[in-house]
Amino acid sequence: MEVLLQSLVNGILLGGLYAVIGLGMSLIFGIMGLINLAHGDLIIVSTYISMVVALKYSGNIFIALLITVLVMIVVGFFCQSVLINRVVDKGAEPPLLITFGLSVILQNVLQLIFGADAKSIPTKLAAANVITTPWFSISAIYLIDFVVSILVILSLHFIIMKTYFGRAIRATSGDVMASELVGLNTKRVYAVTMALAMITASIAGLLVGMTFTYYPTTGTEYLIIAFGVVVIGGMGSLVGTLLGGIILGLAQILGSYFFGMAYQLFFGYVVLLVILTFRPQGLFANTK
Amino acid sequence: MLSQEDGALLAVENLDVHYGDLQALHNVSLRIPQGAIVSIIGANGAGKSTLLGAITGLNKPTRGKITFRNEDISSIHTHDIVSRGITMSPEGSRVFEKMSVEENLLIGAYLSRARKKRRELLERVYGLFPILKQKSGQLATYLSGGQRQMLAIGRALMVDPEVILCDEVSLGLAPVIVKDIYHKIVEINREGMTFILVEQDVKRSLRYSHYSYVMVKGRIVMEGRSAQLPEEQVREAYFGISRYA
Repeated sequence: MEVLLQSLVNGILLGGLYAVIGLGMSLIFGIMGLINLAHGDLIIVSTYISMVVALKYSGNIFIALLITVLVMIVVGFFCQSVLINRVVDKGAEPPLLITFGLSVILQNVLQLIFGADAKSIPTKLAAANVITTPWFSISAIYLIDFVVSILVILSLHFIIMKTYFGRAIRATSGDVMASELVGLNTKRVYAVTMALAMITASIAGLLVGMTFTYYPTTGTEYLIIAFGVVVIGGMGSLVGTLLGGIILGLAQILGSYFFGMAYQLFFGYVVLLVILTFRPQGLFANTK
Repeated sequence: MLSQEDGALLAVENLDVHYGDLQALHNVSLRIPQGAIVSIIGANGAGKSTLLGAITGLNKPTRGKITFRNEDISSIHTHDIVSRGITMSPEGSRVFEKMSVEENLLIGAYLSRARKKRRELLERVYGLFPILKQKSGQLATYLSGGQRQMLAIGRALMVDPEVILCDEVSLGLAPVIVKDIYHKIVEINREGMTFILVEQDVKRSLRYSHYSYVMVKGRIVMEGRSAQLPEEQVREAYFGISRYA
């Protein structure tokens, strides 16, 4: 019983991290209908940048996050305005191919610079428990993952629903021509939205690096997790992204509890498959 | 009185527009004086919407020039044209479905010039279309056809432009609602706004505009002061049964 309870708690907390991994992908799909195949790799690029900065400043996570966010804003803005914007209105395939190419390049560049070995961001939090009860305990890093994820989702929700720029994002996602006719530079909106998605990717990258080990090709795993989260939750829906993350996290951890560790990923995909079969638009589509 | 001989606020000169190999506009020229309501009358496929698209930068001309306040705007982006003071209420109204009525209006005032006076602009729009104030919190997707058209015109007003292009205002609306919307357009025009109206309804176009152009198959075939244009001849051209077809 205790182990089941522990699995439930871990599944929910892990789900928060999964949600923030999927957040940027959901945002980009929501506004321009683009599946960013480089999303996982951009998260791992953030992880490596955080690691380098954290090592340089003897493990100061906040400086690592700040610098990573700044670098990734520039990377996101550059990728969108120089690469993707050139083909964004030329059908679904060209932008998809560009993000695929970007993914291959990023993985190889990381391998070239850091080698293929697994790494992790050194932190004292990794092994600590903050809450210990007779039934379950909560590890500090999992709790941080969850709380930060909720804060990131709430902040993004606020930006999208309450600010002028958020309104511009929603207008552009609704009707590009009508948006241009009120004076919106929709390609600039795309580029700034990509930068916003990269802020969430930077935070996801740091959390992933503090929670798990990673290597240059881990991005693909996180792309699939992000994909699972947004498919379950409904593309472009923020609330759905959080719930999608929690469902995927629970499916994996409970699958592992009932059938063994080897089935952890398998059960995540089974849930994904079931939801795609019965509700292909996602569980919480249109709740944005 | 407004005259075509006065300096034009907006001018289109010898414009050609192509869609691939297909030529949609042939040597089209217009002059839009400040403060006028100018109508462009024509049947489906006459090139009216293409012309509005060219003025707003949505279609790029292959020949000719569009000038606004003597500045060439033929090759700049739509949002840059809007920032210079031209906007459009597009065909089918194209409101932002998942945004509330008030958000639809506020996004109209996105550019900094309009944003500074958005409250004033909003009050003006609500004054003209009180139904929009009543429904301000409702999602635009739940509005009726007439209300959507009012919202599209209201959103265009929120841009705080000098010229508003209206594409097929009356499309699919009950006559009584169309009449109401046209009265509002005249009211807004009296405050100084310049309008270009694209219409299929000959009678209404001639009644509410100062000057009219008639288009057939991508060409201007007739123009003149609306009050002086013989409705029968316009109708003939429109139906393509005369020498113009």
